Amino acid sequence: MNWEIVIGLEIHAQLATKSKIFSGASTAFGALPNTQASAVDIALPGTLPVLNKAAVDMAIKFGLAIDAEITRRSVFARKHYFYPDLPKGYQISQYELPVIGKGQVEIEVDGDTKTIGVTRAHLEEDAGKSLHEDFAGMTGIDLNRAGTPLLEIVSEPDMRSVAEAIAYAKKIHELVQYLEICDGNMQEGSFRVDANVSIRRPGEPLGTRTELKNINSFKFLEKALQYEIERHMDILESGGSIVQETRLYDSVKDETRSMREKEEANDYRYFPDPDLLPLVITDEMIAEVAETLPELPDAKRKRFMEQYGLPSYDAGVLTGSRALADYYEEVVATVGGESKLCANWVMVELLGALNKENLLLSESPITAAMLGELLARIVDNTISGKIAKEVFEAMWAGEGRADEIIEAKGLKQITDTGAIEAIIDEVIANNPAQVEQYRSGKDKLFGFFVGQVMKATQGKANPKQVNELLRKKLDG
Amino acid sequence: MHTLSLRELSDKLHRREISSVELTQYFLGRIEKLDPELNSFITVTPDVALEMAKMADAAIAEGSAGSLTGIPIAHKDLFTTDGIRTSCASRMLDNFIAPYDAHVVEKLKQAGMPILGKTNMDEFAMGSSSETSYYGPVRNPWDRDAVPGGSSGGSAAAVAAGLTPAATGSDTGGSIRQPASFCGITGIKPTYGLVSRYGMIAYASSFDQGGPMARSAEDAAWLLNAMAGFDKRDSTSLERELPDYTVHLNDSLEGLRIGLPKEYFSEGLDDEVAQVIEAAITELEKLGATVVEVSLPNKDLAVPAYYVLAPAEASSNLARYDGVRYGHRCEDPKDLKDMYTRSRAEGFGDEVKRRIMIGAYALSAGYYDAYYLKAQQLRRMVRDDFVRAFEQCDVIAGPVAPTVAWNLGEKSDDPVSMYLADLYTIPVNLAGLPGMSVPAGFAKGRPVGLHLVGPYFSEAKLLNIGHQFQQHTDWHTRTPELG
Repeated sequence: MNWEIVIGLEIHAQLATKSKIFSGASTAFGALPNTQASAVDIALPGTLPVLNKAAVDMAIKFGLAIDAEITRRSVFARKHYFYPDLPKGYQISQYELPVIGKGQVEIEVDGDTKTIGVTRAHLEEDAGKSLHEDFAGMTGIDLNRAGTPLLEIVSEPDMRSVAEAIAYAKKIHELVQYLEICDGNMQEGSFRVDANVSIRRPGEPLGTRTELKNINSFKFLEKALQYEIERHMDILESGGSIVQETRLYDSVKDETRSMREKEEANDYRYFPDPDLLPLVITDEMIAEVAETLPELPDAKRKRFMEQYGLPSYDAGVLTGSRALADYYEEVVATVGGESKLCANWVMVELLGALNKENLLLSESPITAAMLGELLARIVDNTISGKIAKEVFEAMWAGEGRADEIIEAKGLKQITDTGAIEAIIDEVIANNPAQVEQYRSGKDKLFGFFVGQVMKATQGKANPKQVNELLRKKLDG
Repeated sequence: MHTLSLRELSDKLHRREISSVELTQYFLGRIEKLDPELNSFITVTPDVALEMAKMADAAIAEGSAGSLTGIPIAHKDLFTTDGIRTSCASRMLDNFIAPYDAHVVEKLKQAGMPILGKTNMDEFAMGSSSETSYYGPVRNPWDRDAVPGGSSGGSAAAVAAGLTPAATGSDTGGSIRQPASFCGITGIKPTYGLVSRYGMIAYASSFDQGGPMARSAEDAAWLLNAMAGFDKRDSTSLERELPDYTVHLNDSLEGLRIGLPKEYFSEGLDDEVAQVIEAAITELEKLGATVVEVSLPNKDLAVPAYYVLAPAEASSNLARYDGVRYGHRCEDPKDLKDMYTRSRAEGFGDEVKRRIMIGAYALSAGYYDAYYLKAQQLRRMVRDDFVRAFEQCDVIAGPVAPTVAWNLGEKSDDPVSMYLADLYTIPVNLAGLPGMSVPAGFAKGRPVGLHLVGPYFSEAKLLNIGHQFQQHTDWHTRTPELG
């Protein structure tokens, strides 16, 4: 009998505000420990939180993007637990009334589209970090991260396979970056995923779930889910039962294990934070944020297919990030058309080179305008596609812009019929045996003559002309 | 000198009859001589005070001084003071020096008032007698066997004893008004949100409100002018145009409608206290006021609601004292849990622990609805009582407390009877209204305060009534025998 997999995800997206959610301290990553912790972040007596409006705007932006209900009066609540990196002894979060209510996103798996419900998204502050190494048996506390704004995005348990869970997580990851509300950096913990997993026989009520934490890449999410689902199946099929608990994924051992020390029944004693007024969101605030809303990935993908005549795959790749989509559009604009040629170059040459050197698009030595200028030279027959790759490499190495390199290296295509004919005549004269064989029916040798001509011109002869003229001369 | 009003002191300073340094030295001398008997200060800061006094004298000489410049003041030891220990009367913060001033301290510094020191109080402002301080109990200047009231008992005692011209206080369930009543001074708790809570160490955030404690309504008005005002660092601070609280002090009381809640003059109220209050109301009638009976039917719900809500907030507000970043940390903790439990067990006194436990219980899963949510409903009912009452009157008058100051130790073993002593003041905090205590006479040889409660933002009216009352009575000018 089949098992049905049920997955829901809780995603913590660190909001890209300049300062913290309740204090004026900077949120920049990587500063020396405790240099970005203000009196409020350290929870000195008498200090009070003041809500950062930028974080609210970002939450609204996300709400609009997933077509969610935006709560007009949401409430901040205190969630209590003692831990050394939680300075106040409580985390300011939202509990009963989150800022963002029900919404949804569409995912695509194997060509099928599915809608995944978002239960809620709420604003909260991050805790600091406990550093267990290098303190000779003691624990160091770094409160730089304490008070960094988070948007916790909770999905419905709508995903029925690991692939769907990955697609949903990637979709949210893409979306928050599109909206420019989160840098999406999973390594630095800006985008963290917790997964709730259970399995059941189709038609039966939900099984007991376990929660997986500590997942900081999509690859690990996939592995952790696979491991956990198999663990559930093994237990249930051998007659056991699942314990509801939180489990940590260990990427080194590729397994999940129980977080026993945190299993003492937690009672967070939530209650509305009396230091903060209810968060009231007006129509005007929503309208203001709506104006800043960019074209969203799905809409952009559709437009790329229509406007540029791109296949679905190309449109998907090119709209994978807002920066890449913008890059592509600038290339097309510079070339003045030839959208498929542009797509191929961006997807194959540019992304290939970036991947090879592990660079971000923003770090590319070749700007969109530079690539556009290069491709324009293919289109106007100044150079061939093959020579263009050579120019691309020179541009990548920082040797200048396309026209400068073409000029400096003398790469301009030879399009003068007379000049090409003269070279062809020379090649024919120097290779009488091959000419004989070709004319006696060995058609394959045509390529040999093209090669000889290109070699003689260092690849600069216009390939189309070479073909035409060679055929004329050889076939006579 | 120590019986002069702020106006008189200001005049003397501006006429250069006395310098701020001399005035400050005078009060420091009185503290040194008289406070050992009263224990009204936790920390005395002569160096800071004299330094500030010098600056005040310079400002006066240069003509840039304001009306309060050069007049010394004392701050309740829960207002943070940059560079001066702020202990909240707790062992937990015995070593705590804040790197910032509370908003109130900042404003009064800007006004040029030298800081004499930090006054004693109930630990974390939890108490009605100023007996729970880690630094020992405060004694009432009128009778050293009596408590001064609490939690701002140190401020009240210091003002009553003439150790300072004025002091700051805070009022969560009556902590300005009740000690003002017990010590025979004038204290006003403003509308919630009028005075910023920034730097005022939190006990119960939705109730806590700072305010002035002084010798007269006029002095209180002068101070409130400097203390009140919007502060963006406190999200519950109210942004609105504020009046000059001294402008209406001399308005006539003709036509004033005073509401007397029948529930406030019923069982539990000491007969002698009742007589003092009735006499005070008669005095107000002579000044043109009329009396109407009003009803606050949910009065008895206030104390139980408060003792769920305030401890609930306190249990949360005091969670930050964990020994990790500042404050008391136990010796040689063997692990994290040991550090938490021993640091907190050693750092907090019994009353604080009691309220943390009550509060944590009221917020815990399964009890939240029955306690916290129910208490919030009661809070709204109590507030609605006032709203209805103010349809019939301009101000409500009654006793501040059902009795005069009790003896030290008398209620220490019976917390509930101590809690019930706040039955008249607590409803005002539940509603967030302004309330004032004005000296109205004596019972059993101890002072009695008249309680005036007005609608939101009626501070100017309350101060006007207090001032007019004090123009026709001399209770506020009486001073205790000391030394």
